[in-house]
Amino acid sequence: MAIIEVKQLTKVFGHDAARALPLLEQGWSKEKIAREAKLTVGVNKAEFSIEEGEIFVIMGLSGSGKSTLVRLLNRLIEPTGGQVLFKGKDVVKMNPEQLREFRRKNIGMVFQKFALFPHRSVLANAEYGLEVQGVEKSKRTRLAMEALELVGLKGWENHRPDQLSGGMQQRVGLARGLANDPDILLMDEAFSALDPLIRKDMQQELLELQSRVKKTIVFITHDLDEALRIGDRIALMKDGVIVQIGSPEEILIQPANKYVERFVEDVDLSKVLTASHVMRQPEMIRPERGPRVALQLMRDSGVSSLYVADNEMRLQGLLTADNASQALKENRSILDVMLRDIPRVQPDTLLNDLFELMSETHLPVAVVGEGEKLKGIVIKGAVLSALAGNAVPEGGIGS
Amino acid sequence: MNLPKIPLGKGVEWIENWLTTYFGPIFDIIHAVIGGMVSGIDAALNFLPAIVLTLLIAALAYWIGKWRMALFAVVGLLLIDNLGLWGPSMQSLALVLTASLLAVVIGVPLGVLCAQSRTFQNIATPILDFMQTMPAFVYLLPAVSFFSLGVVPGVIASIIFAIPPTIRLTNLGIRQVSPELVEAADAFGSTAGQKLFKLQLPIALPTIMAGINQTIMLSLSMVVISSMIGAQGVGAYVYRAVSQAKTGAGFEAGIAIVIIAILLDRLTQKLFKSKPQE
Repeated sequence: MAIIEVKQLTKVFGHDAARALPLLEQGWSKEKIAREAKLTVGVNKAEFSIEEGEIFVIMGLSGSGKSTLVRLLNRLIEPTGGQVLFKGKDVVKMNPEQLREFRRKNIGMVFQKFALFPHRSVLANAEYGLEVQGVEKSKRTRLAMEALELVGLKGWENHRPDQLSGGMQQRVGLARGLANDPDILLMDEAFSALDPLIRKDMQQELLELQSRVKKTIVFITHDLDEALRIGDRIALMKDGVIVQIGSPEEILIQPANKYVERFVEDVDLSKVLTASHVMRQPEMIRPERGPRVALQLMRDSGVSSLYVADNEMRLQGLLTADNASQALKENRSILDVMLRDIPRVQPDTLLNDLFELMSETHLPVAVVGEGEKLKGIVIKGAVLSALAGNAVPEGGIGS
Repeated sequence: MNLPKIPLGKGVEWIENWLTTYFGPIFDIIHAVIGGMVSGIDAALNFLPAIVLTLLIAALAYWIGKWRMALFAVVGLLLIDNLGLWGPSMQSLALVLTASLLAVVIGVPLGVLCAQSRTFQNIATPILDFMQTMPAFVYLLPAVSFFSLGVVPGVIASIIFAIPPTIRLTNLGIRQVSPELVEAADAFGSTAGQKLFKLQLPIALPTIMAGINQTIMLSLSMVVISSMIGAQGVGAYVYRAVSQAKTGAGFEAGIAIVIIAILLDRLTQKLFKSKPQE
């Protein structure tokens, strides 16, 4: 079930901003409204829903309205029109008291420039959300310590934020957001102020953290690589409008329009596409079949080798034409003669990591999933043509 | 061109009369409270012998600052005592401390109000400009008519003259708190009061203290002016020396004020500067 549902959410900045709503309804562009009504459209009729437990990335360049959009979700910025439904309840209609409760209990936030309170210790920062709720001292200390431990800051609780490195400061921010155990965590360009290497670490850690705490995370970024790496789904924004929502693969492979296409064209595909994107259906044979059948199959399909897999698709090995002729001559089963030591990778192996393996072998690489199940094979040509930006089978096969 | 003069002065006097007539009892209460505070502080300062108080202040100076300041405190205060100005100096100090204390108690909340409300700030700013630029002597006259002669109108005039920096810098300090921090406090569901006491005031503290320091200095500068309406103390010595053209006596009393000024300034400055290093 969707935890957040956003309907026709609109923010217009300027005097008496509501008069822009009918203009937007009539299809006036952002530029026309700016020129003729002297109003700035921040977010234009955004519509999406966020599932419980997913990482939903809102991405766009600066000025695209993504930071505004995320602030509409907890009403740090007051929406001009539309609805934000949290578990069916409209956040936009909440009175100040209800809104405060919602912010205290249900929705946490992590900020781009950390926004840590400089006069408070790391622990007191992590405690802040619980403190304003009136949680008693011993309990909030315990919960805040747990959150600090979760982000790997145990032992730093008595330091001041400015004694910590950038990456560690943002961990404090993360702990502060997690300490009161909200349903949703908003992360506004949370890693953008960090060094590239630390940033990668933090992305990785966020994914690990997410697998443990299972929060719904709304992550804002201007960095496509980051969006592709951590997003379950990505919403792409331009000029206040959401131009496409989809999984990272959908965005890459089927860009909704020229804008998205241009956006993704510079992506290093080798760091985004995985083995499952470029693999193809292997020619297979059951292990109980004889070598004569194998040779016939090879002739029919014009290949020089077959993958041996049982009826549950568990990969046993690779049978080449030479192996098959040998088995026929010596009257042995194909299980005795096939190659067992063949290169294999997981479906989520990045193409970048496939190169090395592929250069060391002349055999195709088998893609195996859980329980040694054969999913497909990758041949050199497919990898190269995928990197050239074409001939990627839609959504891969078998996935 | 023979336009009639606008009776501005008449109007002010009319308001003054009206206030005295209808608010007399309130002025009496204020008079009693302020008078009590000044004599209370004066009594407290005179409770210990001069040498003991000197050493106490030196110890405080050493604790807050460095040994150099402690040394200055000892030499300076002993000089005041030696010149025979200890009693009047303590009287003046009592006046300054009372005026500063009240200015802070009134000024900080007003500064907070200015920071919270743009309207309030827009109203307050011209009034504060007026209060600071109007020659301080002018406050003495209505103060006297409301509170008669003595130290109380001196305190009142000092407060009016000295309060603007506290209000201004409290306002400034709170407004300077980074919007990101305020946003973070909001995002976690803080009430306005929680935001003020847990975030804005602690972060604005150095700026507020700078304002309080200014207020103390300004109220000290009122010591001589207050003596014109009968406030006792070292200011009265200066005033008398000036009116009798006694250069030496005037210089002695002036030095006493300078010593107190330097001590108050350094002590209050160091008090908040040493805090964040904890």
